[in-house]
Amino acid sequence: MRLDGRRPDELRPIKLEVGVLENAYGSAYIEQGKNRILVGIYGPREAHPKHMFLPDRATIRCRYRMAPFSTEERKNPAPSRREIEISKVIREALEPSVISEYYPRTVIDIFIEALQCDGGTRCAGIVAASLALADAGIPMRELVSACSAGKVDGQVVSDLFDLEDKYGQADMPVAFMPNLGVITLIQMDGGLSKQEFEKALDMALDGCRQIRNLQVEALKRRYQATTDTEVARDISEENK
Amino acid sequence: MSTTPQIPVITRIERNSIHELAAKGLRLDGRGILDYREIKIEAGIIEKANGSAQVTLGKTRVMVGIKVELGDPFPDTPNEGVLTVNAELTPLASPVFELGPPGENAIELARVVDRNLRESKAVDLGRLCIVPGKKVFIVFVDINILDHGGNLIDASTYAALAALLNTKMNEFEIKDDEVVYKDSRQPLPMNNYPVPVTFAKIGKTLMVDPCLKEEESMSTRLTVGIENEDCVCAVQKGGMGELDPNEVKAAVEIAITKSRELRTLIKEAA
Repeated sequence: MRLDGRRPDELRPIKLEVGVLENAYGSAYIEQGKNRILVGIYGPREAHPKHMFLPDRATIRCRYRMAPFSTEERKNPAPSRREIEISKVIREALEPSVISEYYPRTVIDIFIEALQCDGGTRCAGIVAASLALADAGIPMRELVSACSAGKVDGQVVSDLFDLEDKYGQADMPVAFMPNLGVITLIQMDGGLSKQEFEKALDMALDGCRQIRNLQVEALKRRYQATTDTEVARDISEENK
Repeated sequence: MSTTPQIPVITRIERNSIHELAAKGLRLDGRGILDYREIKIEAGIIEKANGSAQVTLGKTRVMVGIKVELGDPFPDTPNEGVLTVNAELTPLASPVFELGPPGENAIELARVVDRNLRESKAVDLGRLCIVPGKKVFIVFVDINILDHGGNLIDASTYAALAALLNTKMNEFEIKDDEVVYKDSRQPLPMNNYPVPVTFAKIGKTLMVDPCLKEEESMSTRLTVGIENEDCVCAVQKGGMGELDPNEVKAAVEIAITKSRELRTLIKEAA
């Protein structure tokens, strides 16, 4: 049993919603425990300045940002070194999923706003960002799922929340494309023996598989329910 | 904001031959896939620093200086000294390094070195507290890249570790909450010796200690930090590629074996 009453391999309750912003090309929202994260996608669009163009593929830009009110103590709004590193690893986690060759000389912007943070925000951010990319209609090889695992009170557990991350012995965020069977992000801090490392990795991958199912359901909720009559109604409302 | 980098400047013929060799378990410079380049570690080369070391790893050259100064503790760790790591990719080290504040690569480098040192509890920060909540020692680890020949993470961490082992600070007494220095000097209290092993994935092959050309040809980078008791203390994946879970597990196994040899080397030099 854990601090918040979960079993070792139990994830926090997750709520996913797709298409939640008016202006963004694609957007998604995730609640995972107390985490609340909003992601908006702009692009593929023209790159400014133009020297940012890549001749053979789209440039992907990613910003992970924590809102000043997202944590116990106010977070200084200036980008911290942590946020800069996380923006980089999230971009690198999503790059392999996007078929960027379809949109040379353009840029795809990924904006991740962590509105409330309670541990595991880079993973939750990746989960929502991948949904938002799908919502923007950007071709992808596969959804990217993400989940962390680690060690708390000597026990290997998955999906650590803030207190477990702070007082636990290890935390390992992993991003995974389940159907391709490949890891696109892995980081770890703390201390794990080889056996514990392997157990934690398997647990994180299992969490990713569960979350992928939730991602697919969220996309279906947004798009599958759209029957012909609903489409007709939407079009007539837009034309009013 | 993190942006897809420009394609590295490497000729197609070199890139292809690196890939073809990698598929056969071979490398440009004749090394095996689990061999490091020649490592040279010189400790104590900057007299004005409390500790220093220079590591030459093939064509890569990194200098690390340690300064120990008085300062305030963090509010959440009032009884501990502070460790801060900074890295500069100086423009003299590579044509692709630019002037200006540290970019995401410099920040990632510093944070991965920091993660190795911090998570293994390499420096005994508990013994660097002077007045709890008020006054502690701050250990500044400053990494200066002098020549970029690939695998900066490993070279920088080895240099940082050697420099910390080489660090001398004045012995002190505490009188009325003030620090009074004595003439004698003492080493920095150290607990652990974390050693990262960095892999490049080229094609389907994982190789340790990539040189610059190999880094320019790799799809993915993976760093596994191992501490004294063969435990994993830090992991970082970099690059725009992907890894199979079994590749990660294999890398951990290799890193555990490799780190033992490297640790002996660093301890002997420092």
